[in-house]
Amino acid sequence: MDSLDINITIIDRDGVKHQIEAPTDMAMNLMEVVRSYELAPEGTIGICGGMAMCASCQCYVLSDTELPEMQDDEEAMLSEAFYVKDNSRLGCQIQITPEMEGLEVELAPES
Amino acid sequence: MITTDILIIGAGPTGLFTVFEAGLLKLNCHLIDALPQPGGQCSELYPKKPIYDIPAYPEILAGDLTEKLLEQCKQFEPGFTLGERAETIEKQEDGSFIVTTNKGTKHKAPVIAIAGGLGSFEPRKPLLDNITDYEDCGVEYMIKEPELYRDKKVVIAGGGDSALDWSIFLSDIASSVTLIHRRNEFRGHLDSVEKVQELKNSGKINLITPAEITAINGNGKVESVEVTKKGEAPILVDTDHFIPLFGLSPKLGPIANWGLEIEKNAIKVNNALDYQTNIPGIYAIGDVNTYPGKLKLILCGFHEATLMCQSAYQIINPGKRYVLKYTTVAGVDGFDGTRKEAPKAVVKAIQ
Repeated sequence: MDSLDINITIIDRDGVKHQIEAPTDMAMNLMEVVRSYELAPEGTIGICGGMAMCASCQCYVLSDTELPEMQDDEEAMLSEAFYVKDNSRLGCQIQITPEMEGLEVELAPES
Repeated sequence: MITTDILIIGAGPTGLFTVFEAGLLKLNCHLIDALPQPGGQCSELYPKKPIYDIPAYPEILAGDLTEKLLEQCKQFEPGFTLGERAETIEKQEDGSFIVTTNKGTKHKAPVIAIAGGLGSFEPRKPLLDNITDYEDCGVEYMIKEPELYRDKKVVIAGGGDSALDWSIFLSDIASSVTLIHRRNEFRGHLDSVEKVQELKNSGKINLITPAEITAINGNGKVESVEVTKKGEAPILVDTDHFIPLFGLSPKLGPIANWGLEIEKNAIKVNNALDYQTNIPGIYAIGDVNTYPGKLKLILCGFHEATLMCQSAYQIINPGKRYVLKYTTVAGVDGFDGTRKEAPKAVVKAIQ
């Protein structure tokens, strides 16, 4: 059976690079992938559960991977978050799809 | 001193349901919560969002769930200490505990149930180097006493409901209100957005967008803030108060120093038995605890609360006999004198 996983790179908050496989068939978003690999301590990421309401899953997109366009609620949350850069996104709003092979992101600091 | 049987820390869904289960065992409860209203995350973060995995509710709004839980436990007359954070705990010689809040309110109980979710909600502070120097000297993260701002110059930062609502409210009290947000768009109720637009047009609110506060100035107290619009030179805005309203984020906080075993930002409990922590008499239930296989679900919190109350009963009534009763059979006797019971079956001969 063909693997339904894609390879992505996540740099954690300590600067450590993790090359991991993310499933594309489990309706997971990037925040949930980070949690499933425990790349950020529980309670410091995905606090609102993935409703774009807390920005604890903010990350910086380092690769030029094409990502789903930002929706209003994500944009609104990022406009109130801290440490925001031009390449900031909320991990919970990025559903993992096969097109994201090679995605590289860095987790934003906890705030 | 407030005394009770079970002192519950956290008035979210798990804490509220504990009141009901404890009430069936004739145990009184008192709840402490850092938020000014009960409901925890459900009322603070997403009251208007639906939940689909509460048994028997195909869909219920988080705010409505809170209402229903309050209604369900009302007859057991829970006490509330709201807007205060549980700060310290002291074990007494008689085995009971005294919990003191950040405002000095003392609570005494033989059993403590920590139902603290992800922790207490603390205001998110903007990243300005010297902001802590001005706390309570012109910088306030929440508005407790609006009169403080009468005839004062106020700068509010933020783009959500609280920034909008307080700008509107203070425009009648303060001598000037400046609202600063990083974008032109605000995320709030439509009427609040429209009201701010109206007050801006009539000159009652000075709106600066898209802009950010980049510095606070003043000798011992806030005298001005530096406001920077993207791509422009910073300007100084004279003000007496700077109120950043960037929402709240939960922090485990002082509970982390109570000597409880902590793992993954949660309190380790004995899930094979009764959700007791490493300190006898202190339980942790709901999202705040952890054990092998833990799931942070409201429905799991309800189950944990139920088992925990049975164990608490044994601590409070040592050696006393008890058997589980079904509410359908035994009815529910409230502490307020109310009684709920199933209607008696009708027995009548057919001629």
